[in-house]
Amino acid sequence: MIRIQNLNKSFGALDVLKDVNLEIMPGTTTGVVGPNGSGKTTLIKCLLGLVRPDSGSMFIDGVAVSKNDEYRKEIGYMPQVGRYPENMKVYELIRLIEDIRDNKENKSKELIEYFGLETHLEAKLRNLSGGTRQKVSAVLTLMYNPKLLIFDEPTAGLDPQASIRFKNLVKDEKNAGKTILLTTHITSEIEELADNIIFIVEGKVHYHGPLKNLLISKNTERLEGAVAQLMEEAAA
Amino acid sequence: MKTLTILKYQWKDLIRAKWLIGYALVYFLIADALIRFGGTGPKALLSISNVMLLFVPLVSMVYGALHLYQSREFTELLLSQPIKRSNLFWGLYGGIVGPLSTAYLIGVGIPLLINGQFQDVGSLEAFLILGLGVILTILFTALGFALGLKFFEDRLKGLGFALISWFFLAILFDGLVLLFVVMLGDYPIEKPMLFLALSNPIDLARIIILLKFDVSALMGYTGSIFNRFFGSSFGIIAATSFLILWIIAPLWRGVKLFSRKDF
Repeated sequence: MIRIQNLNKSFGALDVLKDVNLEIMPGTTTGVVGPNGSGKTTLIKCLLGLVRPDSGSMFIDGVAVSKNDEYRKEIGYMPQVGRYPENMKVYELIRLIEDIRDNKENKSKELIEYFGLETHLEAKLRNLSGGTRQKVSAVLTLMYNPKLLIFDEPTAGLDPQASIRFKNLVKDEKNAGKTILLTTHITSEIEELADNIIFIVEGKVHYHGPLKNLLISKNTERLEGAVAQLMEEAAA
Repeated sequence: MKTLTILKYQWKDLIRAKWLIGYALVYFLIADALIRFGGTGPKALLSISNVMLLFVPLVSMVYGALHLYQSREFTELLLSQPIKRSNLFWGLYGGIVGPLSTAYLIGVGIPLLINGQFQDVGSLEAFLILGLGVILTILFTALGFALGLKFFEDRLKGLGFALISWFFLAILFDGLVLLFVVMLGDYPIEKPMLFLALSNPIDLARIIILLKFDVSALMGYTGSIFNRFFGSSFGIIAATSFLILWIIAPLWRGVKLFSRKDF
């Protein structure tokens, strides 16, 4: 379970997260929705320890995030834009992660096959297209079969075929009982994958609960309409 | 253990980039030429040390900051893995300090070796120049790291400050000391001058060399005060201690900045 209490973060004068309180149950898939610059990525980065919060606490399975680094063993994180050492070759990158984790037993081979990356293994990362980098990123995220998966706009650079393959993979992970956090601007993707919704505007959580309940309460069938209503309410 | 893994990858990456070999080659050519034309003996060693005092701080500080900027992707990738930030910091730092020091040692060491400097003058002086070069590399890379972290989002500022600091410490400083002496010559300024010398690591390194070579004519104002105040052997110890403090301070600051940084 993920528990976030009274989380605050500002960058200079800009308050990016304001008193965020959340509880995310294990085995659920949660879509994090909100306009650009609403604090979604910062929230995720706080959870990963990439961004240091100003105040508040976060616990993953009861372990305080600030006190420990080993908890990241159980997290797979796929960033919005995968930024990698440009001179490294794909296979070297995978080996680096293996060396850092000191564990050669993983699913990288299957995943490389699944995304059709075999021919790219010898290529340098600087020469890969955005979509191929996303696929490499997906391999790194999933290779250690982590309990918690965090995807930040995962399908943004993928072609339709790869996108469908990726979503199928996420569904498999979901069925395997993984906890999944997902941000995307493609609402149909969230409808397809998520059970719960977190709606953030200007660093404040305006809704957190089941997707179904949100649609019923807003009297709409599509998430897009519900999100538009939420945004109007937040602006009012 | 994880620090060593990072070091391995960083070194591999740097060896691929050819500039490091060029860096060693420049030292090789300069040192070799100075020995060939200046003859073996303390004179050549002093000339080499002058080149070292000028170039090592510049290259170390600029490449320290640059290396941090260039490793940004690497850093972000590894920070989402189960690894301590301090391990990552030492991996990144060691990843540049190791190759820079090695390049210096090879570049200057080989000409000294083939020209017999290690037997000639009493090898202590030759070793001193090699050792001080490594210490300055460690020190100025740490300063470059601290500056790079301070201005992590603004590369131009970070590199600009590195260049200005180098210009101040390596070039402007002597002139300022001279100006002070001329202006305040009638006052008892020995002790403030001593502090001034301690505040510049390049000056400290030069004082150590001059005290060891015992060339009072070249010592300059701060050097001779140092000599008078501490005496030759104690002066070397005092200056070395301050150099070590100069290494610890920016590294301590760097670790702190790195552990608090938002990526």
